Amino acid sequence: MSKMDRRSFLRFGGLCVLGLGVLSGAEVLAEKQLKAAPASPALVGKKWAMVIDMKKCWEAGKGECRDCILACHRAHNVPDIANPKEEVKWIWTEPYEEVFLDQKQEYTAEGIQGKPFLVLCNHCDNPPCARVCPTKATFKREDGIVMMDYHRCIGCRFCMAACPFGARSFNFRDPRPLLPKLNPDFPTREMGVVEKCNFCAERLEAGALPLCVEACRQGALVFGDLEDGNSEVRTILRSRFTMRRRPELGTGPNVYYAI
Amino acid sequence: MLEKALMGGKRYWSWLILLLAMMSVGFRFYLLQLNQGLTITGMSRDVSWGLYIAQFTFLVGVAASAVMVVLPYYLHNVKAFGQITIFGEFLAVSSVIMCLLFVIVDLGKPMRLLNMLLYPTPNSILFWDVIVLSGYLLLNIVIGWNVLEAERKAVSPPDWVKPLVYVSIPWAVSIHTVTAFIYSGLPGRDYWLTALMAARFLASAFACGPALLILLLLIIKTLSKFDPGREAIQKLAQIVTYAMVISLFFVGLEFFTAFYSQVPGHMHSLAYLFAGLDGHGKLIPFMWAFAFLAIGALILLLNPRTRQQESTLKVACGAVFASLWLEKGLGLVVAGFIPNAFGEVAEYLPTAPEILIALGIWATGALILTVLYKVAVSVKEEVA
Repeated sequence: MSKMDRRSFLRFGGLCVLGLGVLSGAEVLAEKQLKAAPASPALVGKKWAMVIDMKKCWEAGKGECRDCILACHRAHNVPDIANPKEEVKWIWTEPYEEVFLDQKQEYTAEGIQGKPFLVLCNHCDNPPCARVCPTKATFKREDGIVMMDYHRCIGCRFCMAACPFGARSFNFRDPRPLLPKLNPDFPTREMGVVEKCNFCAERLEAGALPLCVEACRQGALVFGDLEDGNSEVRTILRSRFTMRRRPELGTGPNVYYAI
Repeated sequence: MLEKALMGGKRYWSWLILLLAMMSVGFRFYLLQLNQGLTITGMSRDVSWGLYIAQFTFLVGVAASAVMVVLPYYLHNVKAFGQITIFGEFLAVSSVIMCLLFVIVDLGKPMRLLNMLLYPTPNSILFWDVIVLSGYLLLNIVIGWNVLEAERKAVSPPDWVKPLVYVSIPWAVSIHTVTAFIYSGLPGRDYWLTALMAARFLASAFACGPALLILLLLIIKTLSKFDPGREAIQKLAQIVTYAMVISLFFVGLEFFTAFYSQVPGHMHSLAYLFAGLDGHGKLIPFMWAFAFLAIGALILLLNPRTRQQESTLKVACGAVFASLWLEKGLGLVVAGFIPNAFGEVAEYLPTAPEILIALGIWATGALILTVLYKVAVSVKEEVA
């Protein structure tokens, strides 16, 4: 072609782009066929929940044990921030009287007074954080996990105002330089997004229990499907007295405390 | 018409330059915030909304208050307001723009703002708020500009403007109702969880918006040949008086329910604001300033002599605006987070960069308002 006017150039260019599109589409299809389904090892459930046996938890390290917290925070690239105003926490402890505010009384049994209780996202049945999110960055999965898309979150912090459990943290600064050690297998977060416990959705996918459950030497944390009558969580709930945080608010928390 | 904004005296231009200077300082600090994150503000994981969202909430009220001149004029034929509806509408325009700017500076990821529209989420009140605010902005720009243009040409405005005006009246109520729903629908935030919230918001909006409008009109009167007329000012003063009485009545209702029922969750935030909680009480002086200014304003407004005299009316309007700013533009939002989910008090005060960014946005609003008012006043001077 000795001369190409503007129109034919555009036409030719357009065809090229179209061709590239079709080509890559075909590639994707081909790949899909190739990689088709070896049986998935994933753990599946209808309503994931956790029961924490606080007695076992205290026996472990006389209240000093931080195994589950460290394991979780290291694996999920949770930064170490000393300033309590900007702390990022997925699982941590608070004293009994603050976790169960409505149960606060002068004459609490000595064995419970001031004892540390593990707190984390409750993965509520009816999560207000997901209800208020303006972008669906926080959403409720079919298996009950309240999940976050860190790439969609705009950092409006409406979910933090809505969560009655203080389970959500905001990245007030870039968290990456504050990581004690980077875990390359889990994404880090950017400055300006909210984050929280995800019930180790990435581990369930691979057939493993949540890391906090695995890390506890006493087996104080038990994870399972509430809809499965034979699950370990249901067995404990049948036989032990358990409490949930602020059930009167109607959010339906799925973390139970056996005392 | 916009060319009229380019023809002003020395005083006009120096005012604009001052505002531009404030805007650039605010913008400079916003760049710092973009770079370092919201760590440069006083907000925390416990008090996760602060000055920005409080300003947003307060200014939605100022914007909604335009309805207090539009409604009497268009629905009740209050002729005195014929000359000033445009000032109410332009005040709404600049306020809504400030609201949207305050939402943007509050975002951790402002570059993802459009996610709100790309993934529309009808169950989120914030989504609806952005929708109603944008609609309200558009309505007021279109209505205000067309009515003013018609006035300049000494013809009546196009027929299609009237229905828009009627739509804008309930729309004004909707913007503040939706904004109240952001707060009043959250479990576990006892201070906000009250059905009175939207009503309270509207009442305080209809007091502080018209109070600001009176002050602005009196400034216009001294700076230009346009006289809004004594009757219009006095009618507005009556509206401010009623709205202020209702507004304080509503605050009193909250106090009664909290302290007569003695339910701790309902008492804590109010106790924190006015008396301190667990030894924390950084907002106490501000809240007592609110109380004294509000009562002082009420005395000046209820007394016909002081309400009718311009010099005392100005003081009253200033006090109404300042007191309601303290109550809604500071205390209401912060106290909702106190105490936190664990019953602990984590205090909040804005930092200097945060205040300068907020001032930058107020200056942006003032600049837009100045330009719009300049156009409106010039048209009115030309026609007169």
